[in-house]
Amino acid sequence: MSTQLTINGKSHQVDLPDEVPLLWVLRDEIGLTGTKFGCGVAACGACTVHIDGEAVRSCQVPLSDVWGDVTTIEGLGTPDAMAVIQEAWVEHQVAQCGYCQSGQIMQAAALLAETPNPTDAEIDDAMQGNLCRCGTYPRIRAAIHTAAGKMKES
Amino acid sequence: MASLGKIARRTFLIGSAAIVGGVAFGAYYVTRPAPNPLKPAEGEAALNPFVLIDQQGVTLFAPRAEMGQGVRTTWAALIAEELDVDPDAVRILHGPAATAYYNTALVGDALPGKGYDKSDFMHGVAETLGVFGKVMGMQVTGGSTSMIDGFERMRAAGASARETLKEAAAQRLGVDRQSLRTANGKVMAPDGAEIAYGDLAVAAAALDPIETELRPATEWRLLGKSQPRVDMVGKTTGTAEFGIDVRLDGMKFASVRMSPRHGGMIRFDASQATGMPGVEKVIDLGTGVAVVANNTWIAMQALDAIDVEWDEAPYPPETDQIFAEIASAFDSGPNSTMRDDGDATKTPEGATELRAEYRVPYLAHATMEPMNATALYSGTRLDIWSGNQAPVFTARHCADAVGLEVEAVDVHTTYLGGGFGRRGEVDFAVLAARVAREMPDTPVQVTWSREEDMQHDFYRPAAIGRFRGAVQDGKAVLLDGDIAAQSCSQQVMGRWLGAPAVGPDKITVDGAFNAPYAIPNFRIRGYLAELAVPVGFWRSVGPSVNGFLLDSFVDEMAHAAGRDPLDFRLQMARAEWEPAAACLETVRDMSGWTGKTPDGVGRGVGFTYSFGTPVAQVIEVVDEDGTIRINKAWIACDLGIVLDRSIVEAQMIGGMNYGLSAACYGEITFSDGEVEQLNFPDYDAIRMHTAPVTEVAILENKAYISGAGEPGTPPSMPALGNALFDLTGTRARDLPLNKHFDLLI
Repeated sequence: MSTQLTINGKSHQVDLPDEVPLLWVLRDEIGLTGTKFGCGVAACGACTVHIDGEAVRSCQVPLSDVWGDVTTIEGLGTPDAMAVIQEAWVEHQVAQCGYCQSGQIMQAAALLAETPNPTDAEIDDAMQGNLCRCGTYPRIRAAIHTAAGKMKES
Repeated sequence: MASLGKIARRTFLIGSAAIVGGVAFGAYYVTRPAPNPLKPAEGEAALNPFVLIDQQGVTLFAPRAEMGQGVRTTWAALIAEELDVDPDAVRILHGPAATAYYNTALVGDALPGKGYDKSDFMHGVAETLGVFGKVMGMQVTGGSTSMIDGFERMRAAGASARETLKEAAAQRLGVDRQSLRTANGKVMAPDGAEIAYGDLAVAAAALDPIETELRPATEWRLLGKSQPRVDMVGKTTGTAEFGIDVRLDGMKFASVRMSPRHGGMIRFDASQATGMPGVEKVIDLGTGVAVVANNTWIAMQALDAIDVEWDEAPYPPETDQIFAEIASAFDSGPNSTMRDDGDATKTPEGATELRAEYRVPYLAHATMEPMNATALYSGTRLDIWSGNQAPVFTARHCADAVGLEVEAVDVHTTYLGGGFGRRGEVDFAVLAARVAREMPDTPVQVTWSREEDMQHDFYRPAAIGRFRGAVQDGKAVLLDGDIAAQSCSQQVMGRWLGAPAVGPDKITVDGAFNAPYAIPNFRIRGYLAELAVPVGFWRSVGPSVNGFLLDSFVDEMAHAAGRDPLDFRLQMARAEWEPAAACLETVRDMSGWTGKTPDGVGRGVGFTYSFGTPVAQVIEVVDEDGTIRINKAWIACDLGIVLDRSIVEAQMIGGMNYGLSAACYGEITFSDGEVEQLNFPDYDAIRMHTAPVTEVAILENKAYISGAGEPGTPPSMPALGNALFDLTGTRARDLPLNKHFDLLI
């Protein structure tokens, strides 16, 4: 039952049953707690990570089905070296309770990778699966636009 | 800004204490039954400072739950403002559970009285009576009270620490204290010499703390300006630690399954669960079961495999029966009559009378972070890690649950992944403590599934409002409201203190009896339903009910009077309380309100006064091929004194979206005694594409500072209902609105 995973560029050997979702491998086995548990049924987006660059709900991906390299919020940037999108989040002071923001940022990062200058409608489409009970949506939208602008410059 | 008279009358004193290599400062209440918390009596080890200076630097304590409202940032700024330190250059901690950190404003606000008409005298009385918060050990974050509680006390703590450090420097340098300045954590002499606070800390500890006047607002460096939140980088990089993120050496992962009927357990069979790979232990909790495993998901799977027979619910099993019980409360006498202006028993002659009944459902908090806590029990000690709004109560109840004295319990409060009142309860920590007791010397994290969380909430009470109003010559001449609901305050006090609160229940009628409207005959009576459905404090509490009940009916009265709904409210507010009127005028001007909307567009206004803060909102809805979308919103609020505009704006928008989520989709119902909603697909919320574009105006017309965390919620619900009436001509008298309208999802 040993499974090999590449997470944030690092190789991990995991000894858990095949059906354990990636979310719980990350959180309880690897100790990467930036990815959050919210609903367990892909209804809130708090557990969003990238697999080969694609935003996925890690609560729905069994360990044995992880098909590529995993990137979590910790792999996107660090407090001392934040990604451009994270800098935009700080600039707009987006987070309130902050619990959903890892998932919001991972979802937005995937959107920007595919659509470098998204319209409001495209942001609506890409982000509507990510719930925020604090209601930070206006600042998330503003931060995505800012990040898009900065990424174009750089 | 505090007046001199206010400072002279204030009820707290400054204390200081020597610590290893430094000094601690605190501000504690004079009218307290406990001694200076900085100088504990023999046998008491607690040191509960707000400022601690040692060789490691400066540490500020913000012992309030950071659940997204920005309290850690602004609380620290209050101290840093007077202490002359840069919030970036100091450590900011929550600190331990401590009665010294009690919240005076929370209890002061529980006094009867409309609030907005508080005279200076009444304000003083409220502060003094706040001492009951101490009696009850109420280190609680809630009621939008943190800034009211901390506004003077934290600045005074910072100012006293600064002056005492200056005195230590003055003695060392042989100069007069008045000749010294302070900035960036240093004392500066006229000759340019600088001494870091840390180098003065030991000497300062030998001095009596010096009290001084607070700086006027015109000299503020930090307050009144938006500060970068101290939690922002952590929450943006996945490094902020929530309760669910606590990781300890050798920790096990557990989950629980309690009765979905909130009653007892008849029997269970765990034979399918015990052999599952990764499962370490099944624990009989009497009213439910816990599974301890090497992974949270495995624990949840094992719980699902347990066959359980649950006892019946201690309340009627169907929603209709529960509402019938609530309605029957009208048959008994009123619990309260907190407003009784004029004579509401008869309808003025010649006036047009209207009557309506409104209903709102039970609501779940649905914090993004499901309930959880981590516990380590050693036989003689218990450590609890949790995001919570009430650490002292958490410690006390966990101690009782495992048979220890409260002194043997340490509560470590993390960030909260949403609170909204839910994390003022102690149930999730107590369950973790009980599981840990069965796993001595092994730390255990107990995480609830979303389904467990939603089925085991302490719900916002459902309510029924019966209103009779009358209008004459375009004016309101009568408003008589009867409101029936379970009392959440009685239940919460019962759980916190072991004895339910008694007497007139302010919360059931809050937001209705104290509506700042001048109506010559105005009566509000509350009726308490005796039901065992678990209920609790939900963001904005009573006004979350009464904002919709009362202000929707006021809208009906405006239409019956043939008046513009905003103008109708404005006239009543202007005659009662000018700051309320100013909010309505501001939101009218911001939104370009004309009282008329094009086809396919509807607008509604909502106004409420809650937690000392008047808030007016205009909401615009649009019909897009038969589907209705909330397009725009405008908010005007008055906090008296704005300490951080960015945070207040975020709270106003967030509070509104929380209210709109409930208004559109939120409903907890019961069948066979069980809550029918299990997860977000059954209990949705406003999302990116359904949130309105929003503008916020923050006014400072009123005399006292008030809170921002909750007051944005109540007016959103009537504003939306009124907008939908404007768009469709259909008046919804119950929530959620998706039962009546085809709302965008």
